[in-house]
Amino acid sequence: MSVDEAISAAVSIAFHGLAFAMVLYLISVGLSVTMGLMGFVNLAHGVFAMLGGYIVTSLMSRAGVPFVPALTAAAVATAIGSVVVERLLYRRLYGGDELDQVLMTMGLIFMSVAAVTYFWGPNPQPIRPPSWLSGEVDLGVRSFPAFRSFLILCGAALVTALWLGLERARVGIRIRAAVDNLRMAQSVGINTPGLFTLTFALGSGLAGLGGGLGADLLAISPSYALDNLVYFLIVVAVGGLGSIRGPFLAAMLLGITDTGFKYLLPELGAFFIYALTMVLLLWRPRGLFGRA
Amino acid sequence: MATEGLVRTGLKAGDGAIDAFARRHRFHPLEALPWVTALVAYILLPSYLPLGAQILATVLFALSADLVLGYAGIVTLGHTAFFGTGAYTAGILAANGWGEPISGLLAGAVMAALVGFASGLVVLRTTGLTLLMQTLVVATLLHEAANRASSMTGGDDGLQGMQVWPIFGLFRFDLFGHTAYVYCLIVLFLCWLAVRRLVHSSFGRSLTGIRENVLRMHAIGAPVRRRRLVIYTISAGFAGTAGALIAQTTQFVGLGFLGLERSGTVLIMLIIGGVGRLYGAFIGVPLYMIAQDRFSEIEPVYWYFWIGLLMVAVVVFARGGVLGLIERLRA
Repeated sequence: MSVDEAISAAVSIAFHGLAFAMVLYLISVGLSVTMGLMGFVNLAHGVFAMLGGYIVTSLMSRAGVPFVPALTAAAVATAIGSVVVERLLYRRLYGGDELDQVLMTMGLIFMSVAAVTYFWGPNPQPIRPPSWLSGEVDLGVRSFPAFRSFLILCGAALVTALWLGLERARVGIRIRAAVDNLRMAQSVGINTPGLFTLTFALGSGLAGLGGGLGADLLAISPSYALDNLVYFLIVVAVGGLGSIRGPFLAAMLLGITDTGFKYLLPELGAFFIYALTMVLLLWRPRGLFGRA
Repeated sequence: MATEGLVRTGLKAGDGAIDAFARRHRFHPLEALPWVTALVAYILLPSYLPLGAQILATVLFALSADLVLGYAGIVTLGHTAFFGTGAYTAGILAANGWGEPISGLLAGAVMAALVGFASGLVVLRTTGLTLLMQTLVVATLLHEAANRASSMTGGDDGLQGMQVWPIFGLFRFDLFGHTAYVYCLIVLFLCWLAVRRLVHSSFGRSLTGIRENVLRMHAIGAPVRRRRLVIYTISAGFAGTAGALIAQTTQFVGLGFLGLERSGTVLIMLIIGGVGRLYGAFIGVPLYMIAQDRFSEIEPVYWYFWIGLLMVAVVVFARGGVLGLIERLRA
């Protein structure tokens, strides 16, 4: 491999890895916060991402809705849907047995697999990029696929907004306070149950958005929540539970190494990623940004 | 014979406690019920023997999961890793010219226990979601390995061409499943005896202690980490046995043996019966598998909807499963 080829390969790995990382982060950050805030093992988090994906693809292909409004609709709809589920089911198990949480959310995954198959059939839903996002963007040095570039830009904007919001906005400060010390936050008068619902809705909405944006990276099919569960859990656990920035670093690591290995050593598939995760957690059992 | 006298007086002093332990060990007449049922089913339902053999092997798998989940309190999503390892070990042996069933079964158990030990060393260092994730990663890692090493495992198509020899050179695995059923029943019975002994031993009691209050067990000096690793390894061995049993009796191993669905369904089977109760597996597995056999003819995908709904309902309304309900009714 010549130097030019090596550079070109590295650039495409970085580009596609970054796009994958953005999707993983958008989907998983909500999971990390709900884990940190409520200690709730929500395996069904991927269901919200999957629903977002289905809403975007079917609004676009069946109703002819443009891409951006469809994305917005997906985020809003999953956020609202998640509030209903949170009020009806999740709330009962806060602070409860871990096994119960695992079972209930696993049950929700099973139900989602069947329900989605009933409505959309077993085949993956393709996403057709709108005309202004098909084709390539020429950056002078080389050109990149427009759809993925849009994904990266969108992701970066959302991540910045999220971090600024959590850093500066009143609600963000309350969320961080509750993650750091729940009892203290309650004692100073923060309405934690309301905060839980809000955070849950925000996290699920972001997941729905991530599922829609990343529909060509993580194919939208009935077993979405089951197939990708391990990715979401890796991002959260390697990042450190309850952390906001940790999962970002973890998503970067996972997205870029996964893309790299699949590009350079396709015959090994995702094998290395799993082995790497085990080694990383052997070194830091609480994740990169986990608190002791 | 002074020592004997001493021992006797020692026994006298702690009479109450030792009696309680002895009572625990003693067989209750009701404990014969699953075995009587299994024998009656063998005589009365000859056309269901293949399903029966599957149920018996799955009971063993659920029993092994219960050791980890119900007794040691380790919530795992990756128990299929050991089930699949046992199945693939027995399967690959039988497909490559060594079809002797008993040694294949033992090889499956040993390989699974080794995987359990090695992964337990890493996984059991953490708790909660991280532990859960790592158990899942171990299973996914093996799933990916089996998928990639298709020259050995058959990959996506599954392992084919298994030749399992007659047991002891005498009992051929027949089409009607007579041999398979009896084979599974005997293996399950032996394993059950071992598990029963294990959970009633002081080791088993200390596991319950770890589940109920880790800090206190640390405080009284129990080697918590070592005990958890030991039970994880033992449980992996039983799970491997169960996998090898299914592989040998169905003469097939596929990637589904390592899939997340199976980890999820074994949890639900245990929950239906009751976790940490030794007999939960004997109730939950037959209920689940017979219902699945009845309903999945309609449409296997929608079966998952109802089972998911059941999981949610059991958690919200009926904690402790069937045995928990019975306990509550009797209380």
